[in-house]
Amino acid sequence: MKNGRILAMLLGATTIALVVIGTVWPVPSAVAYAGGESLRRSSSTPEAAVGNLGNEIRMQAWHEAYLSLANKAQFTESEFTHDLTGYYPSLLTYATVDNVEVLPLHASANEAEVELKLQWSTVVGSSVSTRDLHLTKNGDTWEPEWPIVKEPILPPQVIPVNYLRWDVIYRGAGDDWGVQDVEAPHVRIVDMHPIERAEGVVILGELLNEDVVPAYVSVGATLLSKNQSSIATEDSFDHISHLLLPKQVTPFLIKFPDVALSDVGSIRMAPLSSLIPASADPVIEIENEQLHPIPGASLTGQLINQSGQIVNVAHVLGTFYDKTGQVVWIADEYIDRALLPQTPVPFEIHIPEDLAKNVSSQRTVIATYCSGGPQ
Amino acid sequence: MRIRLAFLLGGLAVAAMTLAFAEGPNMSLPKTVEAGNAFSVQSTGSGKATLYIIGPGQALKRDVQLGKTTFFSAGSLYNAGHYLAVLTEDSSAQSGTFDVVPSSKPEDLGFLAKPSRLPVGLHDGITGAVYVFDAYHNLITTPMPVSFELSNPSGTVQKRTVTDREGAAWTEMDSTAQQGIDKFVVRIGDISSTRVVGQVPGDPCGLKMSARQSGQKLQLMTDPVRDCNGNAVPDGTIVTFTENYNGGQSTVDVPLKHGIAEVQIAAINGATISVASGVVLGNQIRWEK
Repeated sequence: MKNGRILAMLLGATTIALVVIGTVWPVPSAVAYAGGESLRRSSSTPEAAVGNLGNEIRMQAWHEAYLSLANKAQFTESEFTHDLTGYYPSLLTYATVDNVEVLPLHASANEAEVELKLQWSTVVGSSVSTRDLHLTKNGDTWEPEWPIVKEPILPPQVIPVNYLRWDVIYRGAGDDWGVQDVEAPHVRIVDMHPIERAEGVVILGELLNEDVVPAYVSVGATLLSKNQSSIATEDSFDHISHLLLPKQVTPFLIKFPDVALSDVGSIRMAPLSSLIPASADPVIEIENEQLHPIPGASLTGQLINQSGQIVNVAHVLGTFYDKTGQVVWIADEYIDRALLPQTPVPFEIHIPEDLAKNVSSQRTVIATYCSGGPQ
Repeated sequence: MRIRLAFLLGGLAVAAMTLAFAEGPNMSLPKTVEAGNAFSVQSTGSGKATLYIIGPGQALKRDVQLGKTTFFSAGSLYNAGHYLAVLTEDSSAQSGTFDVVPSSKPEDLGFLAKPSRLPVGLHDGITGAVYVFDAYHNLITTPMPVSFELSNPSGTVQKRTVTDREGAAWTEMDSTAQQGIDKFVVRIGDISSTRVVGQVPGDPCGLKMSARQSGQKLQLMTDPVRDCNGNAVPDGTIVTFTENYNGGQSTVDVPLKHGIAEVQIAAINGATISVASGVVLGNQIRWEK
């Protein structure tokens, strides 16, 4: 009892001491976030100048960041802000910069090249954007030039769209008990196999909507041991395109961390589908898809929104096959910019180095989200 | 209130058994009563007594004049099942049992048709099951002929007649070769129930596309997409165009609109273009200027 009181008093005293220390000698970032003096250090080196810029972007101090640029006369502050967060609502609109990395590339007495890596924290995980900045020395300080990417301006035009949409009337509460409800879409797993990775077992597969109506889909799986007891149950989460139009195929990937494939006797798959209202637009073309070998194995390409509707978030899912047509790996990437009509947007999906040598072909699908819900 | 009634009825049942050998009034009960029909109970003796009739979901209480016939109007007993009748007079009681049977006339059909949507040309793909009820929703267990009829807009009709067993009958039907909304009707006498079954086209068959130059682009367009029975595949069905060239690839998923899928892609000399829908592959084109 006595010991408890002493411990409580000790903890209380320590807390008060820490509060006092934090108030009297705060760390610079805390001062900056509290609205006090800036985090800005002297821009006496190219790295420091880019570091200052990165910190201001992280703190969303757009005005200060804009003022620090050497080439600010070439664009407005609004254009600078939109270049970072998107001209239209997109993945970065509601994201914050979590971490800033500065990597010097080249330097001379009066000019330098520095890479600025911004790690954004978004609703679908982290997203990294990288810009190579050119810096010039002005007196004792270095000033970065922002490589602005201006959003292309589309000429005013009318894009005709034969708007195709499905709506659903479900069974009503007052219907006779024998009246059948609308049938759930028929979906089929057309390929599935487990592989073992360092992090555990991964199930790769493809799901087909073989019906004539759109389906909201998900795939669950249960690993069973050799004596048929359940080891673990997981689902595909966002490693799948959840909206499948008629005859559309999506890859899916299900992760089972910390499970060894040798412990698995069988797998019980549970594809789920439900009927939802949906639209057949927008149509996204995937252009110039290129498989790049190791090192840095990846799939690159460009997305072109062929409709007149702005796509706020695009999710690219790549399925990689070996020479026999078996799925080797599934990887994805969220595009952090809105897809404007007829405007190419690049994407790059990384392929694990150890699997890249087996990849012979690929198939890419796009899941899109427009303001107002999934399309 | 219900608990009290349950106790009362339970008590009466026990009393009926304990007093069964006691002297008292007698009654004559019908062996069976058709649900909803009027019936009567004849008693002997003199004086006044109380008649209780207890059955599944129903209980009646009547003050009766012994020696006279007690009439129960139509609709008094409507739940089919085994009933207990207890006639009590002061400390004596007489009990008996009788059955209320479903009406012989069907009035309602519980019809389950599955599925509500299926591809054309499936053998035994449609199932219909019916339960036959009287006007009071008692399951009629007397065998009777049940007619199933599936008709599609083109006039094709499939008919089956089966005899129900224990109040239920079922059948299987084929989906026809032609798409459309079918009417699935079950009929017993002049009572019928209708469901609709959507027959939808199957997988595309003989998927074929053509290509033509359109400025710097290549215009790809499929022929009208149909299934193997000639039904037009519905709009919204995804058709995938893939262009392969020099190690590169372009892909676009296009929904059918007005029965065809069309798209513009880059015109690349020597490119191979293929078309597919789901797991069905179409033709392949090699583009040479």
